Amino acid sequence: MLELRNVTAGYGAFTALWDVSLSVRAGEAVAVVGPNGAGKTTLLRVVSGLVPPRSGELELEGTRLTGRQAHEIVARGIAHVPEGRRIFPALTVADNLKMGAFLPAARRRFAESLARVYDLFPVLAERWGQRAGSLSGGEQQMLAIGRALMSRPKLILLDEPSMGLAPVLVLRLFDLIQRVREEGYTILVVEQNVRQVLKIVDRAYLLEVGRIKMEGRATELSEEDFVRKAYVGL
Amino acid sequence: MIDPIFLAEAAINGILLGGILALLALGLNLIFGVIEVVWIVYVDLVMLCMYAMYFLYQVQGWPFWAAGVVSLGLGALLGIAVHLLVISPILMSPPINQLLATGGLLFFIQSFATFLWTTDHRSLRFSLPSFEVGGIFLPATRLIPFGISVLAMLALYLFLTRTYMGTAIRAVAQDRDAMSLMGASPQRVYVVTSAVGGMMAGLAGALLVFQYSVHPFFGGQFGPLTFMICVLGGLGNMVGAFVASFVMSEIISIAGVIWSTEMGYVIAFLVFIVMMFLRPGGILARRE
Repeated sequence: MLELRNVTAGYGAFTALWDVSLSVRAGEAVAVVGPNGAGKTTLLRVVSGLVPPRSGELELEGTRLTGRQAHEIVARGIAHVPEGRRIFPALTVADNLKMGAFLPAARRRFAESLARVYDLFPVLAERWGQRAGSLSGGEQQMLAIGRALMSRPKLILLDEPSMGLAPVLVLRLFDLIQRVREEGYTILVVEQNVRQVLKIVDRAYLLEVGRIKMEGRATELSEEDFVRKAYVGL
Repeated sequence: MIDPIFLAEAAINGILLGGILALLALGLNLIFGVIEVVWIVYVDLVMLCMYAMYFLYQVQGWPFWAAGVVSLGLGALLGIAVHLLVISPILMSPPINQLLATGGLLFFIQSFATFLWTTDHRSLRFSLPSFEVGGIFLPATRLIPFGISVLAMLALYLFLTRTYMGTAIRAVAQDRDAMSLMGASPQRVYVVTSAVGGMMAGLAGALLVFQYSVHPFFGGQFGPLTFMICVLGGLGNMVGAFVASFVMSEIISIAGVIWSTEMGYVIAFLVFIVMMFLRPGGILARRE
């Protein structure tokens, strides 16, 4: 479904990704793990169009995405749940979800999408009229994911969903991501929490200083080896 | 001692003036809150719309409402033009450059207006009644603009809270990148914001001609005051700007009756300076 071929990208004089190739098949959940500063966030920002690649190719279902801007890429079916959640703090929960359905195609199916999101995250239905900034960290993460689902995406990009959450919540969150998966969405997730994320994905890539160092099925990969590499970088 | 009836009249006039000031302040503040650019030229766009009112209504004899609609449309077009021609090319430049660019535009518009229409003050003639309620005179030339301002602000409120585009405008003000991840082109949101802000300028122009004559330097009369209200309310804070408009108009109006109109402005600016020391983030800034 998603294909990255030899993508190089960065900011100014700094290169964050070197020659990265990666693929995600329809219905699959794929993780990208690696230490801090490995380029994981940049990788997702390239896919969603926030960072233009310097070279390389980007394809979704055979359609070239290279050079497209972020708002055009959403319309092709990629929803990005950014690092730090980036919900709209001064808008209500309901308005945040409404913004998720900003695209005309998503607007037409607003009621249906909303029912699905509320079913998946009942706490959002309880708090619909509250300012999003007043939610707890876990609730904000659910809102960020719910907002992404409102655009009726084919592929969801999750950037460090467990960041800043208490350990108990991290487990609950991964359960929820698992449920989102079962709804039939394709997922590309970036995580520091390697042990947890390997339990919910089919395949994983190890990214280190901007390069893919390892790749394989989650069940086959030696977890210890992967964890050691991801954290220590050895 | 001043007759309390004069004070009551001044207080009511303050509210009526506040309505128009709020319209100006909300338009300017909306643009600042979303695009983070201060349009120093804002009230000069109002001035151009006032000339449109003058020529269409007074010279051409159009009905007032038709001239008003044209003024509204002209305001929207001017707003879009300012954004596309001046702001958009330097959107990533330091804020001071953007400020200077709109400042340059201000001098261009003032000079060009002087060249075209000379410095003559031109006013529109209305024959509208005054109402007397318990010894207080309420001229229709103040009541009508106030009423329309309130309706316009209500419409703006509904637009910003009930529609997708209006909500997107507020969302972009909070997080531009996140909103582009929702599929909204930032440029499109900016153009709509500039058009709405310009439309408010057009409406203010159509309403100010009830009480004020138009001349090329009209901007100097209301520009600094509008800008001050926005800062007093907290730049980008719509509710703050709304409240600050009435605070300032009451000070100007009441002090104007007690001393003189000039003194009213002196006190208003003094209050502004003191407030900047006490609450630099604006009167409604949250203390966190």
